[in-house]
Amino acid sequence: MENSLKLSDQTLSKIDEVVPKYPEKRSAALMVIHLVQDELGAVNDLACEWIAQRLNLQPINIKELITFYPMLREKPWGRKHVRVCRTLPCALRGSYATCKTFEKKFGVKEGHVREDGEYSLEFMECLADCGQGPVVIVDEKTYENIEGERADSFADLLLDGKLENSEQFKSYEDSLIEGE
Amino acid sequence: MNEQTPKERRIILKHADDPTYSNRISCYLREGGYEVLKKAFGMKPEEVGEEVLKSGVRGRGGAGFPAGMKWKFLDRKSGKPIYLICNADESEPGTFKDRQIMYKDPHQLIEGMMIAAYAIGAKQAFIYIRAEFHEGARILNQAITEAKENGYCGDNILGSEYSCDLVVHRGAGAYICGEETGLIESLEGKRPNPRIKPPYFPAVLGLYQCPTIVNNVETLCNVRHIIEMGGEEFSKIGKPNNTGTRIWCVSGQVMKPGYYEFECGALTMGQLIFDVCGGLLPGRSLKAVIPGGSSAKVLRADERFTGTLKDGSEFDWGLEDIPLDFDGPMAAGSMSGSGGIIVMDDTVDIVEAMANINAFYAHESCGQCTPCREGSLWMRKITQRMCSGGAREEDADLLLSVAKQIEGRTICAFGEAAAWPTQSFVTKFKDDFIKKASESSDDRNPQTLQLI
Repeated sequence: MENSLKLSDQTLSKIDEVVPKYPEKRSAALMVIHLVQDELGAVNDLACEWIAQRLNLQPINIKELITFYPMLREKPWGRKHVRVCRTLPCALRGSYATCKTFEKKFGVKEGHVREDGEYSLEFMECLADCGQGPVVIVDEKTYENIEGERADSFADLLLDGKLENSEQFKSYEDSLIEGE
Repeated sequence: MNEQTPKERRIILKHADDPTYSNRISCYLREGGYEVLKKAFGMKPEEVGEEVLKSGVRGRGGAGFPAGMKWKFLDRKSGKPIYLICNADESEPGTFKDRQIMYKDPHQLIEGMMIAAYAIGAKQAFIYIRAEFHEGARILNQAITEAKENGYCGDNILGSEYSCDLVVHRGAGAYICGEETGLIESLEGKRPNPRIKPPYFPAVLGLYQCPTIVNNVETLCNVRHIIEMGGEEFSKIGKPNNTGTRIWCVSGQVMKPGYYEFECGALTMGQLIFDVCGGLLPGRSLKAVIPGGSSAKVLRADERFTGTLKDGSEFDWGLEDIPLDFDGPMAAGSMSGSGGIIVMDDTVDIVEAMANINAFYAHESCGQCTPCREGSLWMRKITQRMCSGGAREEDADLLLSVAKQIEGRTICAFGEAAAWPTQSFVTKFKDDFIKKASESSDDRNPQTLQLI
């Protein structure tokens, strides 16, 4: 039966590129799920069936991955998704207070999406940048030492849409040395 | 800094923070990049393996198993294809070294991997990278493309008959994928439930039931340096049985947390914390240190460690005297694990720290083995209750009994990783756990951070 899921040509071509890289199709499951989730924000039942068909699997083979891995989603996060590290090294630098500040500023409880779908907040396990905690990831960018008053101004800049270009907060990714 | 404190010796992180060094191939080639690959391809594959064995290099992912030995276990007689996997899932709390390598010097890893792939005769190689490293995966893919364009990876490497494709595979946020057989299941597109050993030793029955070598990022980078200087020369760095450098990742309550690369055994825990990391926050004193990622047993600041080392010499150390290598923290009853050193000062509520760690393991248990799935949840529930006003004096013994029922009763080492923190925290800080029953929230030090 034809699956009615609509994906962009770009995503489809990326999927076509990634699947043959593996000796067995099933190995591509996580990578294909990532690509579908990147476009749709989540992997619903229809998407599960589509991916399963693409990889000659049963829908349960995809569903069991979505329900296991913390970063795979059945429902989308908000348009801006903020992650705060909860684990001990970050907690020892004040990440619990940072998370509370964000809950108040963004008007959403951790683990949830704000009603208007704008913001979501996740208090998650170790992000492997423990030397500069508390660590915060906004979408795909990692920010360091977000504690105390810095957490307040960080949240304000994010709410004003000015975080990306701010002098005060440069992400780990944007701080890498550039050039050929 | 104290004059007697040795200086960093950066081999793996040599270029990591050089302001003129980007992660592009031009910088790597400028610094002699891929010359070692050429040297390796001039050797026989088994000679490369011999050098790695001679170097004595031990795995940097946590277990500290000699890498050359791991390669020796490879089943070459099966006739099945051989696979190489780089474990880049870096997820042991307190560890952030592999990130620096992959983001800042990815070609070093690729060169190390291609040398390793050649040595073991791998048909294909994978880098299993944790999904939170979005940009890291992009950087690696860009680097692989650059390496392929220059003939250092992919088809007919350096014009030889040998080809090996390298594929970056992203995980999806599960700690258990750092366990090598769980990683393999995940790479096969399944839930990452670890496999039982025996019979599923990856070197014999790994990816697709084929012989597979899984090595950590830092270990594979070391392979490059071993071939450059020769196994014997490499083995002179550090100490016997503790060769090479190690990247210590310091986090928690010190003035200058960060990553520091030293020769194995070059300095003590005290020198690292008080000299290299600038000491504790003002007015604080040291309470405890977790020396090798959150799975490692905690060490008390006022503990004495005594015993006999492998070379027959006796030792009597305080926490600060413990030599930083593989054997030192092991002799002190813990482990250097993945090199993640978490420092806690006297303001820390030790029961809350325990509750924080227990919440991590309860969240990350894959759920395959009952003792771990149920035990880690109960340890979280008990410590969480203790921290929200419901502590009882008998909870300390209850926690120890749950932990004891996990250790040694699971398919993979996650069981130990979940049990060891509880066993060490509760045994070593029993008074703190018992006192919790009579404490009220008014007793709380205002400087104490919330940890759960």
